[in-house]
Amino acid sequence: MKYLCLVYGEELAMSQVDPAHCVAFDEELRAKEICIASEALLPVESATSVRVRNGRVSVTDGPFAETHETLAGFYLIEARDLNAAIQVATQIPPARIGTIEIRPVRQLPGRVLGADTRNETAARNV
Amino acid sequence: MNGISQSDPQRAVEEIYRSQSRRVLATLIRLLGDFELAEEAMHDAFMAAVEKWPRDGIPSNPSAWLISAGRFKAIDVLRRRKRFETGLPGEPELLGAYVETPVYEENSVVDDRLRLIFTCCHPALPADAQTALTLREVCGLTTEAIACAFFTSPTTMAQRIVRAKAKIRDARIPYEVPEREALPERLDAVLRVVYLVYNEGYTASSGESLTRVELSMEAIRLGRLLAEMLPEPEVLGLLALMLLHESRRPARLDEAGELVLLENQDRTQWNRAQIQEGKQLLERALVSRRFGPYSIQAAIAAVHSDAPSVAATDWSQIVGLYDVLLRLEPSVVVELNRAVALAMRDGPLAGLAALDAIFDRDELKDYHRAHAARGELCVRAGRIKEGCACYERALELAKQAPERRFLERRLKDISWDGTGRPRSA
Repeated sequence: MKYLCLVYGEELAMSQVDPAHCVAFDEELRAKEICIASEALLPVESATSVRVRNGRVSVTDGPFAETHETLAGFYLIEARDLNAAIQVATQIPPARIGTIEIRPVRQLPGRVLGADTRNETAARNV
Repeated sequence: MNGISQSDPQRAVEEIYRSQSRRVLATLIRLLGDFELAEEAMHDAFMAAVEKWPRDGIPSNPSAWLISAGRFKAIDVLRRRKRFETGLPGEPELLGAYVETPVYEENSVVDDRLRLIFTCCHPALPADAQTALTLREVCGLTTEAIACAFFTSPTTMAQRIVRAKAKIRDARIPYEVPEREALPERLDAVLRVVYLVYNEGYTASSGESLTRVELSMEAIRLGRLLAEMLPEPEVLGLLALMLLHESRRPARLDEAGELVLLENQDRTQWNRAQIQEGKQLLERALVSRRFGPYSIQAAIAAVHSDAPSVAATDWSQIVGLYDVLLRLEPSVVVELNRAVALAMRDGPLAGLAALDAIFDRDELKDYHRAHAARGELCVRAGRIKEGCACYERALELAKQAPERRFLERRLKDISWDGTGRPRSA
C-alpha cells in the first residue's frame, strides 16, 4: 500500500534542519525500496494556487491554506500497513520539529498505480 | 467444552454464543481483514450451528468449527459479490487473495482478541471512536447500548463506528500487537480506553444514573483479558485499581439510591474478595518497579481498603502516594485530591492553603468537586458562611442528578444549625 507522508513545519524551524541529514535519510529509504518519490519544497512564498470555477481560471498568490505550519516536502512510500508507515514517518528528520501527515494513497479505478511510474522514472534516469 | 451437554444442542449453541462469539469474531476479523464481512460470517456460522449440531452432534472444538464455518460463509459472500460486480462467475483462485489459510490454534485465538483491542484503540482513530469501537467489537455491546451509555443518538454512534471501521480498512490499520518499542505508548492508549469505560460506568458524567454496572463490568473483563495476555505492571495496576473501586460499589449508594461519601460508607459492605484480588495484583505491579500512575492510584485505593474508618486511615501514606503520582503525571485534579488528603493529615487549614494555591493559578474554577471540597474544608475550619457559598457555587456547576441532590442536602444541613454537622449524626 502506498502512503504519502507530507512534511509540515514552521519555515524558520525547517530551515535549520541539516540538508545532509535529510539527503542521507532519503538515500537510505530509497536503498531499502521503501521510497517511491520524495522532494523538499521551496518556501511557501513561492506557492501559487489555481482554481477553475465555471470555466474561469483564477490564479492567486500563496498556498491553499494559510497556516502556521506549512508544507515543506513529501515522501511517497510503500508500506505494509499504517503501523509500518508510522514507523517510517517517525524517522523523517523534520518529524522532531514539525508534523508528518500520513495519507493513504487512493487507488483510482482503472489505473495500476506505481509500477509503471517507477519504471518510467528508472528509464529516465538511465 | 466444559458443562455443555450433548443432549441439548440448542442450549449449547446459545451458551457458546455467549462465551465464545467475541473470540470467534476477533479471529474472523483477522482472517478476513474486514469487520462487516467478519460479523456477517460469524452470524452465518452460528446459524449453521443451530441447523447442524442437533443432527451431527456438537463438535469437539466448537470455536474452531465456527471459525471454519464462518470463513467458508465469507468465501461464499465474496464469490457472490464478485459475480455481482463482474457479471461473471467468481473464480475461487482470486478469492485466495482475500482469505488467508485459516490457522487455528488456541493461542492465536486468544491473541486475536488482543490484536483487536490494539486495532480498536489505534491512535489514528478519534478518541471517542476508540471507546465506541472497543465496546462494539471487543465487548459485543450493541450500538444502541453504547449510544445510551454515552448520551448520544444511535445514529450518531453508528456513524462514528462506521467511519472508524472505514478508516481501519482504508488506511490499513493492521491487526497486531505493536512491537516492543511502540508498545508502551500504544498500551497507554488501550488502558486509557479501558479506564474511561470503567469510569463512565462508575460515575456517569451527566444524567440521572450514577452507576451503570454493565460498563464497569465490561471494563473489568477487558482488564482481566489484558492482564492474562499481557501482564505488564500498569495492566495489573489498572485492573487492581478498578477492582478496588468496584469493591466499594455496594456501599456507595444508600437505599434511596443517594450518593454516600467514602467517609460515611459502611465499610463492612465492601467486597472483600475484590479487595483481596486487587491487592494481590497491585503487589505484582509494585515489585516489578516499572509501575506507573495506575498502580499508584491503586495503592491509594488499597490504603483506604485497609482502613477501618476515615479517622484510622493512614493519611500520611496517602499524601506521600499523591506526591509520587504528581511527579509521574502532573494533573490539577490529582493536586485537588492531595489537598484533601493533606487536610485529613494536617487539618482543614493546611488543606485550604493547598487548595487556594490551585485556585490562585486560575485553575479548577469550573470544576464542581473542587468547590464542594473547598466548601467542606471551610465548614470544618468553622468558616460556615464561606463554606455555604462554595457549596452553592458547586451546585451551580454540577450536572449529575444524584450529585446535585447530595450538594443540596449538604447545603441544607450546614445552614440548618450553623455547625455544619449533618442532622442525622
